[in-house]
Amino acid sequence: MSERIVYLDHAATTPMLPVAVEAMTRQLSGVGNASSLHASGRGARRVVEESRETIAGVIGARPGDVVFTSGGTESDNLALKGIFWARRAEDPRRTRILSSSIEHHAVLDPLHWLAETDGAEVELLPVSGQGVLDVEALRESVSRDPASVALISVMWANNEVGSLQPIDEVVAIAGEHGIPVHTDAVQAVGQVPVDFAGSGVDALTFTGHKVGGPYGVGALVVRRDLAVSALVHGGGQERDIRSGTLDVPAIAGLAAAVEASVKDQHEHAVRVAALRDDLVRRVVEVVPDAHLHGTPCGPLRLPGNAHLGFPGCEGDSLLMLLDARGIECSTGSACSAGVPQPSHVLLAMGCTDDQARHSLRFTLGHSTTPADVDALVEAIGPVVERARAARGL
Amino acid sequence: MKVVAAMSGGVDSAVAAARAVEAGHDVTGVHLALSRNPASYRSGARGCCTIEDSNDARRAADVIGIPFYVWDLSDRFHEDVVEDFMDEYAAGRTPNPCLRCNEKIKFAAVLDRALALGFDAVATGHYARLRTGADGLIEMHRATDHGKDQSYVLGVLDQDQLRHSLFPLGDTAKPDVRREAEARGLLVAGKPDSHDICFVADGDNAGWLREKLGDRAPNHGGDIVDVTTGETVGRHEGTYGFTIGQRRGLRLGVPAADGKPRFVLDIEPVSGTVTVGPRERLAVGHVSGIRPRWCGTVPQRVDGTVQLRAHGAEHRATVVVDGDRVEIDLHEPAEGIAPGQAAVIYDGTRVVGSATIEATRPVEVVTA
Repeated sequence: MSERIVYLDHAATTPMLPVAVEAMTRQLSGVGNASSLHASGRGARRVVEESRETIAGVIGARPGDVVFTSGGTESDNLALKGIFWARRAEDPRRTRILSSSIEHHAVLDPLHWLAETDGAEVELLPVSGQGVLDVEALRESVSRDPASVALISVMWANNEVGSLQPIDEVVAIAGEHGIPVHTDAVQAVGQVPVDFAGSGVDALTFTGHKVGGPYGVGALVVRRDLAVSALVHGGGQERDIRSGTLDVPAIAGLAAAVEASVKDQHEHAVRVAALRDDLVRRVVEVVPDAHLHGTPCGPLRLPGNAHLGFPGCEGDSLLMLLDARGIECSTGSACSAGVPQPSHVLLAMGCTDDQARHSLRFTLGHSTTPADVDALVEAIGPVVERARAARGL
Repeated sequence: MKVVAAMSGGVDSAVAAARAVEAGHDVTGVHLALSRNPASYRSGARGCCTIEDSNDARRAADVIGIPFYVWDLSDRFHEDVVEDFMDEYAAGRTPNPCLRCNEKIKFAAVLDRALALGFDAVATGHYARLRTGADGLIEMHRATDHGKDQSYVLGVLDQDQLRHSLFPLGDTAKPDVRREAEARGLLVAGKPDSHDICFVADGDNAGWLREKLGDRAPNHGGDIVDVTTGETVGRHEGTYGFTIGQRRGLRLGVPAADGKPRFVLDIEPVSGTVTVGPRERLAVGHVSGIRPRWCGTVPQRVDGTVQLRAHGAEHRATVVVDGDRVEIDLHEPAEGIAPGQAAVIYDGTRVVGSATIEATRPVEVVTA
């Protein structure tokens, strides 16, 4: 077993940036509830508000738009349920939620829940073979009955196959009818340019641990004038839509990570995309029938994402064999029991069950080096050969 | 050796994995996901197929310090074990799905996959002993702890499978395994043993079969007929609710003429007739087996013992092998022997092989 770990799973989580570790640890030994009125409380509150301003500054939002949460899943839940409930309360005809069939489970599962328990009519719109939302299907669905649409939610970039989604067009369609748009930008922030106000979306999810920040903290950036019902009630923090004592150290770490990764985004994307292109090219040289899923390498794809199909293999065999060689990647989908289910994203893109099961996702990030790519290219040939033997049984 | 330790989430397989590491092997823990929908199999501490069990196995692997993966064998398990279980009951037989799972899943699908992926063997927490015989073949013997011995459910393994198997617990008593688990810091040390059939969530086999088989022929209702009088003494909803030798749950409307308790003697799946009679009519003197599986060299004749159901008694017997058929003469009669169960053949403590019971003959016929 190799000593060095080759970490190619940055879409799952990223190593923390030193600047974020420093910002977070500086706060860990302090005291002060950001809601307290005394000096310590004011000190804590100041850290929170400065963090909020930092984040707002780099993401193109106003500080008041930024609502801190426990991360991506909570932000998605808050956006979907909170906006749906508030919009329907304003007008009971608004029962429809439109989304894409390739959303993360943090979006899909709240939508299913709303449909099952709360009368929401959820439409998951189709995507192309490259994993891009069918905009015409969205347009058609909206125009069928615009007044009944409470919310549209489309991710900024797909977490599995890295395809960027046509957010501009989604916003344009929604804008004709005044329908709010939420986007899960968990994979996009720090990877591609994300400008909240410039994009025209009304709510945007991101999370700390995908941008070199801490786990357990994220935000929903949501226009101040958009009504959002609370999911968590209590002390009234965060515009009274997300109560709970603020996690000052985590928020400080989050702000440092978001600031660093957004400021470094262009340089990072150029560097990582070059490594990714090299990885894809050389893996296909070694395994000629390996093929890329999603949009082509280029401006319509996340720079660090290489999602490859290896015909004749089981993804979980490949993963295990690479893991034994110290190379860490993902089969693209996880399940609570650890059983890889065929990915709903690949199925929505028209892959068969079999094709969906023979894939691996390599995601490069700020810690990735050319040596990591070399290690994978060296290992992949024998690993695929062995996995094929196991599959051929 | 590079070893896959099959880890169910229970105490036995956890200690077996730890012992394989201690024996110097390069061990990888693997939990087998056998249900397509993990929540549908038995929940709680007794099962072997739940998310909770998967987590227990993972934590044991952490403590032992080995890599851990979940292998999805749900499709194979459904086809080879669950479907077979239903087919067998539908045909009026009483299958043993654990044997089937060992034959088709643990020491076939899992072993084959492990070998293809570069492993040399599969280790499990079964209680049985392996040793190399004088002829160089691997022999399987009953475990030292006869109360826990599981050689019966392993009786389907052939020499090739045995060569790639490790049973690290074969020479240890169960209480010692629990103590060892505790000493090793394995949190599953106190977890109750699993019983029953893992894919029947609440242990209610008849209820499960009623639901799954539905109207599938030939599981219509039928008559319950008393063998002594030929009279119909009751009705039933489906033959799957019955096993040869069963006494409870017959719900006979008519008391037996001789006043003796009634037992199930025969199940006729096509007509749906279940025959009942007094206990003495259960006595079997001869067993015919099919689909034999041999652990080593194929014998012609064995003067040894047979075990005819899990946790059943050993019966002295003479076994004659004729190609794909095995004829077993029991030296003393045995009761409650159900077609579909396995007859496992022993020479002393050594497992010779096994066959699926196709038919039995009552003791009278043999002595006549």
